[in-house]
Amino acid sequence: MKLRWLLALLLLAMPAWARPPLVLATTTSVNDSGLLDAILPGFTRETGIPVRVIAVGTGQALAIAGRGDADAVLVHAPHLEARFLSEKKGVLHTCLAKNRFLLVGPPTDPAGVRWETNVLNAFRKIYLTGAPFVSRGDNSGTYVREQSLWKAAGLKPQGKPWYLESGSGMGATLTLASEKGAYTLTDLGTFLFTKTRLKLAALFDRDDPRMLNQYSFMAVNPKRFPWVRFNEAKALLAYLLRPDVQAAIGDYQRARFGRSLFEPLGGKCILPVR
Amino acid sequence: MIEAEGIVHRYPGFSLSVSRLAVEPGEVLAVVGPSGAGKSTLLRLLGGLEAPQRGRVHRRGPAVYLDQTPYLLERSVLENAAFGLRLKGWPAQEARRRALGWLERVGLSGFADRPARALSGGERVRLALARALAVEPAALLLDEPTANLDPANVARIEALIRAERAAGRAVVLVTHNLFQARRLADRAVFLLEGRVVEAGPAPGFFQRPADPRTRAFLSGEMVW
Amino acid sequence: MNEVLEITLRSLAVSSAATLIAAVFGLPLGLWLGARGAGRLARSLLYAGMGLPPVVVGLFFYFLFSRNGPLGGLGLLYTLPAVAVAESVLAFPLIAGFTMAGAASRAEGVRRLVKSLGGTETQAFLTLLAESRRVVVAALAAGFGAVISEVGAVTIVGGDIRHATRVLTTAVVLETRKGELERAAVLGLLLLGVTLVVSGLLVVFGEREAA
Repeated sequence: MKLRWLLALLLLAMPAWARPPLVLATTTSVNDSGLLDAILPGFTRETGIPVRVIAVGTGQALAIAGRGDADAVLVHAPHLEARFLSEKKGVLHTCLAKNRFLLVGPPTDPAGVRWETNVLNAFRKIYLTGAPFVSRGDNSGTYVREQSLWKAAGLKPQGKPWYLESGSGMGATLTLASEKGAYTLTDLGTFLFTKTRLKLAALFDRDDPRMLNQYSFMAVNPKRFPWVRFNEAKALLAYLLRPDVQAAIGDYQRARFGRSLFEPLGGKCILPVR
Repeated sequence: MIEAEGIVHRYPGFSLSVSRLAVEPGEVLAVVGPSGAGKSTLLRLLGGLEAPQRGRVHRRGPAVYLDQTPYLLERSVLENAAFGLRLKGWPAQEARRRALGWLERVGLSGFADRPARALSGGERVRLALARALAVEPAALLLDEPTANLDPANVARIEALIRAERAAGRAVVLVTHNLFQARRLADRAVFLLEGRVVEAGPAPGFFQRPADPRTRAFLSGEMVW
Repeated sequence: MNEVLEITLRSLAVSSAATLIAAVFGLPLGLWLGARGAGRLARSLLYAGMGLPPVVVGLFFYFLFSRNGPLGGLGLLYTLPAVAVAESVLAFPLIAGFTMAGAASRAEGVRRLVKSLGGTETQAFLTLLAESRRVVVAALAAGFGAVISEVGAVTIVGGDIRHATRVLTTAVVLETRKGELERAAVLGLLLLGVTLVVSGLLVVFGEREAA
């Protein structure tokens, strides 16, 4: 009997039911970098609005939000975002930050992509040499970008024996690539956080629009899903766009890695959302 | 104190039909017969564990049925002995005190705090007897209480049965051991394929059975 | 509060709650089925239920609790109560099945004993419950173990939200995904430890009432 009371107490003591929180669906790459843990507490302190972060792939984040189960999204797949907007599921699309995708692979670089200045040529070299390549295979933003790069290069790697689909998150995919001596496409943040343990080198790390990784915020359309916390989502957007917060985003972990994990965009999109 | 009248009970492939059977206080009724004759079924009907499909069983006072391999609770010997009284709503203290007296009667008072499941075969039957007797039943229904027991335990249990008969309890004893039946029974019934073939007072039943089938069974010549 | 402690306590609380919910329904059902002899259909259903894929259960409850879903109005998606409910569905067949199997072997003996001593059917049932306590302990331990080590349903229904629904298993997945394998291993060991301690407590409590 005592045990039961203890359990009831424990359950009641769990936070987060105190006030309806804002549900933000975002990608694992953003969440796992720790950026949100660094900037969201300030928002909650100022507004009293707690935020719940659900970290999934971009595809799943948009699927959850597209059923009205999240109030806002922070994602990085312009094509999927455009579709989300055209389906009238999202509003207030705003570009918040960018970084870049990197092509990483074994330091020996068997396909010889290290000196390539055109990322499409790098992909073509991998294809021609048949060097192993690990794909996320999971509809994440990174996966969507990888697919569009193969397509732009005019190649179809699916079904080739050297083309592996991991079906897991970025960190696990990097580990897999490291173990297999394979190439993979990664976001900058995840790679910087994990690279000390990996036998992987950044082989294409250039300022190329095709490798631009753009993070956007959308609020879920309250006309379509009347229960969403639209005002709270708007407040969060305003907070994220504030100059001091944008600066904090840019400074996040810069001292540790010597470069910005996220460069603030202040609302100006570089990649077209279409 | 138990009287069965016109009972009929059928299973697939078996039927028991007994027109009249009675056992009086202070009397041991032995039920003998080959395996599958319906002895255990009869006992369960007498004990009220099953209701006969036809006919009636009158019980004046409670009757306790004792299984061939009695179920012992996963508790101490004393708790097992007190179980019947606890079921009747006796306070724990009083039930235990009473049960301890019965454990003494069956020679198990030294085992009171042991787990019942650790007892040997003969001790288990004696514990089950103590548990049954603790509720002061008018009748005891014993289903082969001494099967597979050593001679010392058989002797103890038979002595207990005699003592309870002397105390005025009615006892129905199902047994395969014809010598035991002779030693204990005041009256005997021979059951064959669900029917009473012969019934009568003990010395006559065993020495001069009237029916040739009874004769064959008692002399060990019946093949079934 | 230390976050690891917080996650551990939450795991413990939500798994206990789920086990409790499952036990409230599963124990009586298991005893009842064991006492009256479960038919083939009931047994097949229970045994199949023991192999319910957690991710399928998770998806089912996602759709159920989704704002568009039948119970969306409760606003339970991504909360601990929703996790507890989904997990209880996973523990329920285990608890009912174990209890049924254990009770079945004792049911006839207990019923005969109680009836022969003049007891009622209700008393027979209560005695069966008391006699089955070792099995009940095993059933509860199995249910709890399945629930606390489960990751599929708790991720889909709970969302692995920090300070809200993150539990030990989802934390292990998160740390592994981030490449923090050492942290993941520590959390994994904690998970094993919690499971061990709870099973131990269950056994000690379950057998202490034996007298």
